[in-house]
Amino acid sequence: MSQPKPEQLVQIQYGPQPRDWMDPAVEFRKGTFCYSALAKNLNYLGLPNARDWQPFDEDWKLPPDWKRIILDGMKERLEKFRSFRLFMDICVRCGACADKCHFFLGSGDPKNMPVLRAELMRSVYRRYFTLAGRLLGRLAGARDLTEDVIKEWFYYFYQCTECRRCSVFCPYGIDTAEITMIGRELLNLIGCNINWVLEPAANCFRTGNHLGVQPHGFKDSVDFAVDELEELTGIRVDASINRKGAEVLFIVPSADYFGTPHYYTFLGYLALLHEIGLDYTFSAFASEGGNFGLFNSHEMIKRLNAKVYAEARRLGVKWILGGECGHMWRVLHQYMDTMNGPADFLEVPVSPVTGTRFEHARSTKMVHICEFTADLIHNGKLRLDPSRNDHWTVTFHDSCNPARAMGLLEEPRYILRSVCNRFHEMPENTIREQTFCCGSGSGLGTDENFEMRMRGGLPRANAVKYVHQRHGVNLLACICAIDKATLPPLLEYWVPGVEVAGVHELVGNALVMRGERPRLTDLRGEPATQAEAVHA
Amino acid sequence: MKTSLSALSLVLAIALAAAAASRFVWLLPLLAVALPYGTLAIFLAGLSWRVVCWSRSPVPFRIPTVCGQQKSLAWIKSARLESPHSTPGVVARMALEILLFRSLFRNTRSRLEDGPRLIQREAKWLWLGALAFHWSLLIILLRHLRFFVEPVPKVAVLLENLDGFFRIGAPVLLVTDVVVLAALLYLLQRRFRDPQVRFISLFTDYFALLLLLGIAATGVWMRYFARVDAVAVKQFVLSLTIFAPALPKNPGPLFFAHFALAGTLAAYLPFSKLMHMGGVFLSPTRNLANNNRRKRHINPWNYPVKVHTYEEWEAEFRDKLEAAGLPVERP
Ligand code: SF4
Ligand code: SF4
Repeated sequence: MSQPKPEQLVQIQYGPQPRDWMDPAVEFRKGTFCYSALAKNLNYLGLPNARDWQPFDEDWKLPPDWKRIILDGMKERLEKFRSFRLFMDICVRCGACADKCHFFLGSGDPKNMPVLRAELMRSVYRRYFTLAGRLLGRLAGARDLTEDVIKEWFYYFYQCTECRRCSVFCPYGIDTAEITMIGRELLNLIGCNINWVLEPAANCFRTGNHLGVQPHGFKDSVDFAVDELEELTGIRVDASINRKGAEVLFIVPSADYFGTPHYYTFLGYLALLHEIGLDYTFSAFASEGGNFGLFNSHEMIKRLNAKVYAEARRLGVKWILGGECGHMWRVLHQYMDTMNGPADFLEVPVSPVTGTRFEHARSTKMVHICEFTADLIHNGKLRLDPSRNDHWTVTFHDSCNPARAMGLLEEPRYILRSVCNRFHEMPENTIREQTFCCGSGSGLGTDENFEMRMRGGLPRANAVKYVHQRHGVNLLACICAIDKATLPPLLEYWVPGVEVAGVHELVGNALVMRGERPRLTDLRGEPATQAEAVHA
Repeated sequence: MKTSLSALSLVLAIALAAAAASRFVWLLPLLAVALPYGTLAIFLAGLSWRVVCWSRSPVPFRIPTVCGQQKSLAWIKSARLESPHSTPGVVARMALEILLFRSLFRNTRSRLEDGPRLIQREAKWLWLGALAFHWSLLIILLRHLRFFVEPVPKVAVLLENLDGFFRIGAPVLLVTDVVVLAALLYLLQRRFRDPQVRFISLFTDYFALLLLLGIAATGVWMRYFARVDAVAVKQFVLSLTIFAPALPKNPGPLFFAHFALAGTLAAYLPFSKLMHMGGVFLSPTRNLANNNRRKRHINPWNYPVKVHTYEEWEAEFRDKLEAAGLPVERP
């Protein structure tokens, strides 16, 4: 597939639109959508209407009573979620959210304005659930539910990364991600899902992680990392798996031990946890912190998340530590305790090194590794040599979920300032709670969706470009596994010359370990001297 | 264009019909008695029904949209207003949102320049326009208390004095009258001029604005130009409030146009987006504390789901676990 060039892609028209949005029209152009979920994945998870189909097919092979299923599903969810009902009712179409969505900014497609994305659903809500819509139809902004509307839902609900940036700007806090989530849930009822979400979900349900890594494979990767770290530092760390009686269960996104550049972050974790002597274990069963259920349905979140507490209970740990991942932390922070708690069999997390009680996690009993590390650094428990990161000029990308679901803003920044000497922020309307998404979150990070990802990632890449040109930034640090997978191609496309790393990779570089031999390279295996040369 | 014109026609039609009807004595009971009580009844019933509907749907998850630093480590300053961790913080956040439109204040406008350079710039006009409109409307409503209560309540007097601060003209020009008209016109022209906003605007968006504009315009006209007999109006309104309606001594067609438009607004409100007035209080992304990991949130309909248990997992991968030397529960 020939991909459009950046110069072509950036010819974006935000101008007036010729047609009324109420007429459903969607063109499944290659590069702008994700392929359907394979039947085997639906079957494995017990989801309805498994079949062979693709979005560009004329006939989507919907079940005969698909309309009733959708409307019943809507009714049920209107009664179950105040958010949904309220967000259907109170939007005033002020347009404040319109140019806040990276997909709109990158594509100019008006239906990517959060308000209109939501109106695709709202118009159906009005038609079947409000008096005015039933009586007045189009005049009241109501429209019939047709197959074309379903296609439009599919296209635009899978063109929203559920990043919640729009919600920050809406005067009523209307969260289009919430509407998209429920929209996907409804589509799921008639078997309209994408493979990039359902395959990881099915894998995760079966093996414990998205990548489908089986226990022996998990052990191999951890062992491999241990060997590699020994080569780099001269220190052999101990990383146990499924060990009962450990104090802490450490759960990371599976990409950390299988993907690059995630892997260097994984090395960073291993080095850090060894250095402070934490008594922890991994689990091959709970070998995934991420949860693609979040991109499928509330029920699937719960099904996939259940293993976290189950495993903590089985292993008899005191509390749980979580690695760098964005959507994983949305689930852990906002859903886990409610869905699968109470975690009354665990203890309030206490750092055995500093004695800090993590009161803010007293119920959920799970601590983010950035919180944990920031506490270590603040208490002077780590010996750090930030000059070992001098080959990097760093900026920080707030991943959507840690920023807008948790408010984890200062911890990673504090760590970065402690482990590297050169740090520059991107412009303020593009970071913290206003951060721009990588454009590939919520299960859209697949190759067939390349053009749309590059479009969606434009605002983020553009801010990176600004600091790249102004301050010579050559490294984008982040704390999200999806970011680490999808930002490298994005930056290569828009801002060549900027790499991507996890925060704990930089921690691992700067960490002076007891008994280590002089580090000739950083965790990537790049010679430290070469780095010196660059800045000479 | 079509939708805005039909909205305009509808508003004009209501105003003209009421004005014309007031000429016929036999229609007066309809206009002066049935209309106010009828629309009020619809308003109250509709409003309660809406609020009951909303409150019947539970809030299964605590999903605040966090806009600032969480409360975590003691030495990191948390954003009490943007990421409240306790009830007072939430109340303050909501107060800022409702009284000062905090989120709208964040508004930016993005522009794509050559380079490419995508720039997000501050854009405060919408915030200013919205704030000016809502606050003027509130003050005007409170000022109207002088028609409903005898003796005139102190707030109404006070507000009117403040409002007429500049002491221009006779009757004294009230600032909010000017502001409300200006703000409504700003909001209306924005719907036409901004291509994105025009694209998303529905009939109801124009209708609501034009209705309010109609009410404000007729009100202003009555006060400053037509000089409607305020005493007669007050007697009439007071009679309505004690459920002993006395037909007014001809306050004129303009008054009835104003009256009918206001009635329409009341009856329309519960069925329209204007319910954002009540809804904003209930928004789960704003009115919940960001204390998710500190305090468990209960979902009333939390139900058991099918999971893959550890035992099933171990059974499936037993060989591999053993071959890799990983511990198992049932060797
Ligand atoms: S900002 Fe909120 S109210 Fe305004 S158009 Fe967007 S969703 Fe609707
Ligand atoms: S959640 Fe993010 S991707 Fe979805 S509509 Fe809002 S801003 Fe766009």
